[in-house]
Amino acid sequence: MLMSDLVSQDLNMIFKSQKGETVHALKDISFSLKKGDLLTVLGPSGCGKTTLLNIAAGFLRPTSGTINLAGKEIDGPGVERGMVFQQGALFEWLTVTENVNFGLRMKKEDPITTAKKVDEWLDIVGLQGFGNTPTYQLSGGMQQRVALARCLINDPELILMDEPLGALDALTREKMQSLVLKIWKETGKTIILITHSVEEALLLGEKLYVMAPRPGRIHKEYKLPFATMGLDIDLREIKNNEEFVSKREEILTMIWDMEEEIMGKEI
Amino acid sequence: MITGIIAFLLIVAVIGSILYGRRLIKTEKIDTVFGNPERALGGSHWVIVGTCFLMLSWLYYSWDIAKSFYPKSANELCQVGKVTDSLLSLKYLFPIEERQHKSTDIIERENRNIKIYVNEIKNHPDLKDKDKDKFFNLLDKVQLTIPLLTSEKYLETSSINKINDLTNRIRQLTVNFPKDSYPPPLSSEEESKRIEALKKQLGWGATGEEVPTLPETKKGLKFHTAAKELNTISDEFFALRNHNPAYKAAMQEIKDEIREYKNNLNENQELEGTYAKDIHKLARRIEYASIFPPKTLVNMEQAIIEFDKVQDEEKGNLNFIDSVFFPGGTILSSGPTCSEDGPGRWLPKPSDTFRIFADLLRPSVGFKYVPMLWYEMMDVSKIVGFILPDWIADILPGKYPVHTSAGKVEPNFKSKVLDIVTGEFELFKIPIPYGHIWDSFLRVFLGLSLGIIFGVPLGIFMGLNRFAKGFFDPLVELYRPVPPLAWAPLIITVFGIDNVGKVFLLFMVSFSIMIISARAGASGTQLSKIHAAHSLGASRWQILRHVIFPNSLPEILTGIRVAVGMCWGTLVAAEFLAGTTGIGFVENVARKYMQYEVIWITIFVMGMLGLLFDVTIRKIIDKTIPWRGKG
Repeated sequence: MLMSDLVSQDLNMIFKSQKGETVHALKDISFSLKKGDLLTVLGPSGCGKTTLLNIAAGFLRPTSGTINLAGKEIDGPGVERGMVFQQGALFEWLTVTENVNFGLRMKKEDPITTAKKVDEWLDIVGLQGFGNTPTYQLSGGMQQRVALARCLINDPELILMDEPLGALDALTREKMQSLVLKIWKETGKTIILITHSVEEALLLGEKLYVMAPRPGRIHKEYKLPFATMGLDIDLREIKNNEEFVSKREEILTMIWDMEEEIMGKEI
Repeated sequence: MITGIIAFLLIVAVIGSILYGRRLIKTEKIDTVFGNPERALGGSHWVIVGTCFLMLSWLYYSWDIAKSFYPKSANELCQVGKVTDSLLSLKYLFPIEERQHKSTDIIERENRNIKIYVNEIKNHPDLKDKDKDKFFNLLDKVQLTIPLLTSEKYLETSSINKINDLTNRIRQLTVNFPKDSYPPPLSSEEESKRIEALKKQLGWGATGEEVPTLPETKKGLKFHTAAKELNTISDEFFALRNHNPAYKAAMQEIKDEIREYKNNLNENQELEGTYAKDIHKLARRIEYASIFPPKTLVNMEQAIIEFDKVQDEEKGNLNFIDSVFFPGGTILSSGPTCSEDGPGRWLPKPSDTFRIFADLLRPSVGFKYVPMLWYEMMDVSKIVGFILPDWIADILPGKYPVHTSAGKVEPNFKSKVLDIVTGEFELFKIPIPYGHIWDSFLRVFLGLSLGIIFGVPLGIFMGLNRFAKGFFDPLVELYRPVPPLAWAPLIITVFGIDNVGKVFLLFMVSFSIMIISARAGASGTQLSKIHAAHSLGASRWQILRHVIFPNSLPEILTGIRVAVGMCWGTLVAAEFLAGTTGIGFVENVARKYMQYEVIWITIFVMGMLGLLFDVTIRKIIDKTIPWRGKG
């Protein structure tokens, strides 16, 4: 247990909706991740993926249960857990550089070393020469690169990604998927990535949790080889892999069944 | 003269620009798309057309074109107005412009009145039969006076002679009027007097007098003299009144009877008294109506019609000038008072306006001894004294000096400090702007700044904190919906009519606007941005300073822009209410003295200052928040 990095035990999250109904967003979630794990979480909408992520980030307190990172309980947002959002959540009044060094500036680090670090990270995410561009002039893919760099420059132990590639077009998305794998390999960080794309979950997930709604719970766990494969082979080749295709069909069917179950319940 | 040249240049510019624009349209590639936004880009030549058109309209409608091209026309029209006015009193006796003779009209009306009275009295429940009979008898007698006036039998020879004499004088005037020899030359003494008076007369449009009344031209003199003569004729005629002995006797009898009746009434007979008075009035109306037998005035009527025709012909091109160059009004209608009616009155001529504007801008003239915008040298010590609070001296150890037995006051350290904090010393002088425009500007600036300084932090606080929103919301919402001017009387009473009251009023205006905009900005911050900042390690204060504040800037700046407009409008109205300086004060005083030029100048200055504020803030917005709408 001590060796594991992120450990959650019996997490429960119960919301009260405005109408007064109680919604069981998460029920008895227990899992553990080792340092350097890449976990993707998949599930139909409303299954509590984002709630889980927000709890891990410290934005929400679980109703019951504990979640620890490196033996320390998570009880609020912190620098050791970086977050990347679906829509970048960049500060549009700042330039690319200013966005990337935001965390370091808040920590009042030496501006010269900061500038060096920023340049390095802009290199890694492929944004050389864009340092002085205002972020509102960037395309969606570039904005996500800035968000990645901004998160990584703080050297967090855990990176949380909330559908980071959801709003991108297919081509950019593929490039960004490679970037995520590259960063995972080079930095060896623990990453939790939430997605609603089955393909993306299979491609990027070393581990994959399929969650089910009402109450939100981990329905099935997979251990997958594709992320490791993706470090060397072209992602498009993996997609044609037989195992990949069969896994994809299996999970799709699973999610379809869940959706039908919900619809049935509602009627 | 200058106005004439300017008008000519303006017309040339308009025509030139239109032709240029037409040619450009021909050479440009023809865009077939209706509504193409590029069509709306316009071009400076169309701006020239618009501006010149506006200027020309101003020149035309303020009668400046008439003044420039026909400088004497106003004076001449004024003389014509005098004739028209004199003729009018004679003309309205006859069916020239009326439907029937004035006499006919009056007889008809008073007969009707008598009938109404008879009916009313007959059915009146509160009148005794005795009084009723008396009233009927009186009304009968009044009715019987009318034939005494309308019958040729009673018409006196002296009256006939007088009417013939007046008719001949009108005819004579008709004959003489078009001649060059009219009016007959004055004696040299009178002529020199006339010329002397003319020299003192101010020109058309000069301050104080709208149109000079004394005739300046030969034509004007002609009308002026004729008007005088017509006035004597009509005075003499209306003195006549056809009061022949028979009528006089009858009238006297009625008056005596009424007096006697009224004398016998007691205090309770108010009703009877009123009827007696009414009958008396009725008789008097007939007495003063200048009623003559039907055929008596035929010749006079004819003479007047002829003269009217001749004087109309004599006006010559004045008719044309009046209808074309005096749009929307005329000098004629003012009669002998010679004032401008219509836009010529309330739309000042550009030439006068620019002259008065230049006068106002001269620091030595200004308005009410205060220049519009100038500077004065102020000692820095006064500013230091204003900033440093006086209690600095009070809290120092020791006591203020007491006078000695020799009657002298020896200053000590404490009193010297007091001199410094109250500004009682001399340093060096620096120029400080002052004047009406500066005062207005300063009030808006101070009110707005205070509103921003207090409103923005409170607004952001309210946007982030449930307690603050709940606590301050009722306070703000209680005073904000009240129109700011509704507060003005109260605020001015409490804080005085000078700067403090107005600045406070403007502070109230901008404060609520800034609170609302800052609150909207702060509470509109996307949660993901705050989350991101949190997980990047920013503290609460850093999030406020580096995320929430810049994120609310667009709303805050838009709020400032709204607040400037509101403050500016409120200020001018507040200055209307009370005060001794400021652009609104100038307009209010000008309104009291009907100085239309100054009113228009203040309107213009206010427009320009408002525009300046808006453009400045728009520039600031473009510079500081280029990301607006792109986040």
